Amino acid sequence: MPIAFLTAATEEEAVNPLIPEPYDIIWSLVVFAIVAFFFIRYVLPRVQKVLDDRTTQIQGGIEKAEKAQEAAADALDKYTQQLAEARIEAGRIREQAREDGKKILAELREQALAEAARITASAQATIEAERQAAVTSLRAEVGSLAIDLASGVVGESLSDDKKAAALVDRFLADLEASETSASTTSARKARG
Amino acid sequence: MEKSLPVNALTLVAPFANDGEFHGPSLDDFFPPAIFFEGTPFEINRIILIRFLVVAVLILLFWLGTRRMSVIPGRGQNVLEMAVGFVRDSIVFNTLGEREGRRFLPLLVPMFFFIVFMNLTSIVPFLNIAGSSVIGLPLILALTSYIAFVYAGIRKHPGAFFKNSLFPSGVPWPLYIVVTPIELISTFVLRPVTLALRLLMNMVAGHMLLVLCFSATQFFLFTAGGLFGLFSIGTFAFGFAFTLFELLVGVLQAYVFTLLTAVYINLALVDEH
Repeated sequence: MPIAFLTAATEEEAVNPLIPEPYDIIWSLVVFAIVAFFFIRYVLPRVQKVLDDRTTQIQGGIEKAEKAQEAAADALDKYTQQLAEARIEAGRIREQAREDGKKILAELREQALAEAARITASAQATIEAERQAAVTSLRAEVGSLAIDLASGVVGESLSDDKKAAALVDRFLADLEASETSASTTSARKARG
Repeated sequence: MEKSLPVNALTLVAPFANDGEFHGPSLDDFFPPAIFFEGTPFEINRIILIRFLVVAVLILLFWLGTRRMSVIPGRGQNVLEMAVGFVRDSIVFNTLGEREGRRFLPLLVPMFFFIVFMNLTSIVPFLNIAGSSVIGLPLILALTSYIAFVYAGIRKHPGAFFKNSLFPSGVPWPLYIVVTPIELISTFVLRPVTLALRLLMNMVAGHMLLVLCFSATQFFLFTAGGLFGLFSIGTFAFGFAFTLFELLVGVLQAYVFTLLTAVYINLALVDEH
């Protein structure tokens, strides 16, 4: 049916849709040429460029990300290693400090002991010196006291110095002898 | 048969019949009266004006769409890229491969969009006819395709292209008596002819169908009146369905045309036929 009326129309209007008119060809050519030119000159380069740019950017981005990941892994390794080293170092330092501390403690104790000994010694020396001084002064006083006492007792003046001195010395020597034995026992008591 | 038909055909195709008669589709739709330069080879009628409009719209759309393209696309750019990317990847690269495909992109991409836009004017209100529904345009496109694949073949196999096409290897020589004429006709005659006619006839038939449906709707609703008005619902529904169908056909024909051109180019490029 469509073919029938196509033929009919062709006969009637004397047009054949399969035979192109010159103007049809010319304008078809012109419009297609314009579109083709426009696409070739503008559209395709722009689209291609943006698509290619995107591809390169994505590729570049992926590479960059990979690099960053590698770097991060490296850094992590390094930090882990450093951390381990630091731990070891810290342990070593702690150990050292402990030993140092012990040493210092021991030294201090020794020093303290030495100081204590020194103080004790000097105290004893002082005590001894004072005792000596006391003894000396006592001797002098005791001498005169004894002479006064003796002169009073015997009723005679021992004015003859030589005799008196000899007498006193003898008396004191006796006294001293007994006293020394007494003081040594007392000194031993004080130290103990 | 032939004698009895013109009467029927006349009533069926008469486009400008008086009111009260059925306004059927006509081949005259494709040869409207001239508007400018009547009688010269530069005659411009309604359909030529539609073609000009298509070119303007196409250029405007793609100019605006590609004016400020960036690597991070906006919404409009996405649509445009999807369209161009579809032609590039699905039609050209899939058929020709990327290396050869790039050489023929400048032909195939504009070809596709040109045909799509020319086809789709068939369903644009007030235009209502495809720019590609007159033989000149399909013919020019088919010739372009023809020249493209012959050129591709000659460039790739200088001197051997016609021999390869007409005397396919692996065929016993006596068979060439049969094969060679067949190849000659199918490759160098039928390919461009079928390309042009397929596109042309699809667009012509689409226009006929749409006009038939909508003019029938008009006729039933306003001229016949009464209970016949009910028929208009059916014819209008058909018209609507065929409008959508035309949308599909318009894109599909552009796809087929471009794809076949790519296939022909590829066949011309392959080493062994």
